[in-house]
Amino acid sequence: MKLDSKIPNGPLDKKWSDYKNHIKLVNPANKRNIDVIVVGTGLAGGSAAATLAELGYNVKAFCYQDSPRRAHSIAAQGGINASKNYQGDGDSVYRLFYDTVKGGDYRAREANVYRLAEVSENIIDQCVAQGVPFAREYGGLLDNRSFGGVQVSRTFYAKGQTGQQLLLGAYSAMNRQIGRGKIKMYNRHEMLDIVLVDGKARGIIARNLINGEIERHSAHAVVICTGGYGNVFFLSTNAMGSNVTAAWKAHKRGAYFANPCYTQIHPTCIPVTGDHQSKLTLMSESLRNDGRIWVPKKMEDAIAIREGKLKPTQIAEEDRDYYLERRYPSFGNLVPRDVASRAAKERCDAGYGVNSTGEAVYLDFASAIERYGKEQARIQHLDENDAKLVYKLGKDVVENKYGNLFQMYEKIVDEDPYTTPMMIYPAVHYTMGGLWVDYNLMSTIEGCYILGEANFSDHGANRLGASALMQGLADGYFVLPYTIGDYLANDIRTGAIPTDLPEFAAAEKNVRDIIDHLMNNKGTHSVDHFHKKLGKIMWDKVGMARNAKGLTEAMDEIAELREDFYKNVKVSGTAESFNQELEKALRVADFLELGELFAKDALHREESCGGHFREEHQTEDGEAKRDDENFAYVAAWEYKGNPREAVLHKEDLVYENIKLVTRSYK
Amino acid sequence: MAKSALLKSSLAKKYWMALTGLFLCLFLVGHLAGNLQLIFGDASAFNEYALFMTTNPAVKVLSYVTYISILFHAIDGIVLTIQNKKARPIGYAKNNAAANSSFSSRNMAVLGTLLLVFIVTHMVNFWAKMHFTQMPLQTIEVKMEGQKPLIVYKTVQEQYIPVEAVDRGQVELKGTKFYQFGTDLKVADGYKDLHKITIEFFKDPSYGIFYTIGYVLAMIVLGFHLSHGFASAFQSLGINNPRYNGVVKGIGYLFAYLVPALFAIIPLYIYFIK
Amino acid sequence: MNLTLKIWRQKNAKEKGQMVDYKISNVSPDMSFLEMLDVLNNELIEKGDDPVAFDHDCREGICGMCSLFINGEAHGPDRGITTCQLHMRMFKDGDTIYIEPFRAKAFPVIKDLVVDRTAFDKIQHAGGFVSVNTSGNTQDANAIPIPKHDADRAFDAATCIGCGACVATCKNSSAMLFVSAKVSQFALLPQGKVEAAERVLNMVNEMDALGFGNCTNTGACEVECPKGISLENIARMNREYLKASLK
Repeated sequence: MKLDSKIPNGPLDKKWSDYKNHIKLVNPANKRNIDVIVVGTGLAGGSAAATLAELGYNVKAFCYQDSPRRAHSIAAQGGINASKNYQGDGDSVYRLFYDTVKGGDYRAREANVYRLAEVSENIIDQCVAQGVPFAREYGGLLDNRSFGGVQVSRTFYAKGQTGQQLLLGAYSAMNRQIGRGKIKMYNRHEMLDIVLVDGKARGIIARNLINGEIERHSAHAVVICTGGYGNVFFLSTNAMGSNVTAAWKAHKRGAYFANPCYTQIHPTCIPVTGDHQSKLTLMSESLRNDGRIWVPKKMEDAIAIREGKLKPTQIAEEDRDYYLERRYPSFGNLVPRDVASRAAKERCDAGYGVNSTGEAVYLDFASAIERYGKEQARIQHLDENDAKLVYKLGKDVVENKYGNLFQMYEKIVDEDPYTTPMMIYPAVHYTMGGLWVDYNLMSTIEGCYILGEANFSDHGANRLGASALMQGLADGYFVLPYTIGDYLANDIRTGAIPTDLPEFAAAEKNVRDIIDHLMNNKGTHSVDHFHKKLGKIMWDKVGMARNAKGLTEAMDEIAELREDFYKNVKVSGTAESFNQELEKALRVADFLELGELFAKDALHREESCGGHFREEHQTEDGEAKRDDENFAYVAAWEYKGNPREAVLHKEDLVYENIKLVTRSYK
Repeated sequence: MAKSALLKSSLAKKYWMALTGLFLCLFLVGHLAGNLQLIFGDASAFNEYALFMTTNPAVKVLSYVTYISILFHAIDGIVLTIQNKKARPIGYAKNNAAANSSFSSRNMAVLGTLLLVFIVTHMVNFWAKMHFTQMPLQTIEVKMEGQKPLIVYKTVQEQYIPVEAVDRGQVELKGTKFYQFGTDLKVADGYKDLHKITIEFFKDPSYGIFYTIGYVLAMIVLGFHLSHGFASAFQSLGINNPRYNGVVKGIGYLFAYLVPALFAIIPLYIYFIK
Repeated sequence: MNLTLKIWRQKNAKEKGQMVDYKISNVSPDMSFLEMLDVLNNELIEKGDDPVAFDHDCREGICGMCSLFINGEAHGPDRGITTCQLHMRMFKDGDTIYIEPFRAKAFPVIKDLVVDRTAFDKIQHAGGFVSVNTSGNTQDANAIPIPKHDADRAFDAATCIGCGACVATCKNSSAMLFVSAKVSQFALLPQGKVEAAERVLNMVNEMDALGFGNCTNTGACEVECPKGISLENIARMNREYLKASLK
């Protein structure tokens, strides 16, 4: 099958509006006869479900949590970008578009990104109308802050809980439609297969997680908004339940998986403390606005700190290596995430890491506290040379900005980040790769749409901070509701899809067979045992720096581990009841397949770009070396019965409006 | 209005609890002012106050509002407590409630029930006696030089009728009213001697100590009940502003400690000092 | 650390449950409470026992999925945190820890420590929204300036994570802190004021119908709330409801 991205013709800034004016619509009376399934209720799924229901479609929404409000979008901290240019600092739709393409290391699709930048303004208007309490200035207008990889302040935020506030906005829009009966909500349900009838997505098989019942649900289209697959690494900033299952099942039924190796390793996470660790906690990137990142300059200081003989505050200013400011003077601590993460790894690998594990760097707020304190002292006409006063005033400002993050850090690490610098280390955070979609957000399965982090489209090889929220809401509120009409217009006479078709029966049997196998397997090890092993392979060999040898080994090791899993996993309890072990087993089974494709994709991409760093492809000073001649394409993989036999389809990336240059933040 | 059901909804119940509670606080102040006559006034002052409280039409209206408030406060409280118990059919094996709330706030129903018991016995001991039994009438001893003291009834009309006159049958006593013997001609109204009843009650040689202790304990219960109830009523009525919460709480505690303490001092004074 | 755990075990909603004792050793003080339970569960699985079911997801204190009534307190003895942020350094070697599900008639147990909190969603369906379509055709976000003070207080109310600790900890199983947080968020913002009266009446009615208890102002909810939602919100809801009732 040839990939057709269906990008409309015309100039970049007219594509979307022209396209909207010419696509087919479904009239309101007919919308009542059309069902849409939305899987996942995060920013993308929640906003899509609400908007589709408002338009008049009958929506069935599914989430594995006990309420749509708990989707992991809720954990996004820092903010959401929009090209409002409220600060008058030169922002524009084009600049947001340009920054996003550049930040993505020129591996994103131009037309999609431009559309994203265009609708970003609507998102803010919409959210404010919904009652999302964004941060404001004293004049009553919206406040902005700055994020990594850009030189304007375009990020709207609600303290460190922007994702929560936006998700609750989408959730409230959903609630309105649930109350009206236009959305039927299925919480504690997990999609375990997608059902194709005559090649079109017509329903899903879902497991009711409370009683274990396997249910068939039909619809005229299926929208998958189930987020990313970072949990393939076991340790990540994703929620414990975040999984690839829905996307992977769609992949196995014909949806191509694009760029699985593009994974974002977030530079500011709380370091690992021990084997018991179940998840990693992110400290918002917004902290890099005011925090300065450093490690000791002298090896002996680093060693003394690791052994607990020295405290970071005892190290003199001249003995500190502010390596981001040193290496990237123009962006400093605000370089994009991939660059910041690799730089931290480079320092720690060289032996300058600070935690007892040697895998941590400092994020220091001392100078921010002093700077803000002096500013406040001047504003309040107080003595700016009174160090104690300045510290207090500055601490208040920092607390106001990042209080909840500091508190979170203190609870986990048991150290006061106001007086001792925070320790941070990169961790798996976001996956830019995902199911391939065309301009309409439709996958290679007709009628199966993919939104938000689950698709591949907008962030290229690296996502800029505060852009995930923007993309999720753009897809759900403002893109899909238009593009899906073009497809559903052909379905106005189809009538309800019956669930007793043989295709449903076959898919259900498929699901039951896997569950039966897992339940009856008299293995010896828990699911976590295998998940942790998979995570270790992924982190060691498919992590921040990759090479051909490691990737080849990883593919074999994952295949082996998968075999071991099916032979030796032990799932307790019964299939016909609430069973969290079975839920995990089903998810890990899919991670064990995805992991192999992930490594295969990383192996094939013989270049370094964005979150994908191949050791073989770097400049002399350790910067990523892209190969636009040979790899300026989207790698979309077709499933062929085994992850390693996946077939590559290329969608060439054509840049008509941007000149490809080497990304530099120096 | 239709949806709000000002009687049925959970919030409406709070409003009623708060309004009746605050009204009862006002009542306490009035009652206390009168009772303090037992310390600071003489028997006449106290009995005059008692008469005023039982006959003045405005006070009568207020007293009915008080009865209704007590009943409503109690019934509403009982209904709430039953509903609240139903809201958690299975309790906790371990509940460390002291970590997050005060003793009084958690035990308002128990404290309230104790107070209700107190109110009933209190009314049997004083209010019912005053209303339904033949009370002794207030007498005063008049000393005239060279004569043995004369004991006279004090009357509302400020006439003084010698006890002897009743004994000798010149004046006939029906209830609290004096009549010319054998006629319907009323001479005057006497004062019920609630003062005497009260003093004797607490000074009762065998039970007085128990009555005193009982009364003081009841006032301690009242103190606990008020220490949560006073400020809580403001919160229920939606009055909560961080700038004034401290003041409301402060007044609440002051009220909760001072009013019951002053009430409690009276029987102690009678028992130990008078 | 070595600990004794007393955990509520209940097969499903219909069967009766009971407290069961477990011993666990080699607990690191740096573990989170849930990681400690992970360790216990792995031991149970390897022994062939049924692991303890408990709700959890984000493990960073924001999704509101984790519950647990630990040693007599919702989310355990620490303040301003959810169970997933509770660390074992709050306990001592040799401690006995009671672990129970959030208890309320409106939160029936699904299994072990997992409860059904859809009652919260139902209250939100009744009015937890601003009735504005998501068409994007609204006015510019900066068209209505909102005083920072109001915006901040609305945000404070909006930080509720819907975990249900307020209900679990309230001796009356009252949901007023939860409901008032939503009512307050919208009542404080001009966008929400338009339908404020309808909203408060509908949400309170739904809350009552679902079998939550009444508020007696003990203030326990505010103390145990992981996000520090203030009692001020309940007072505001009381006001809003009174105003709406008298309309």
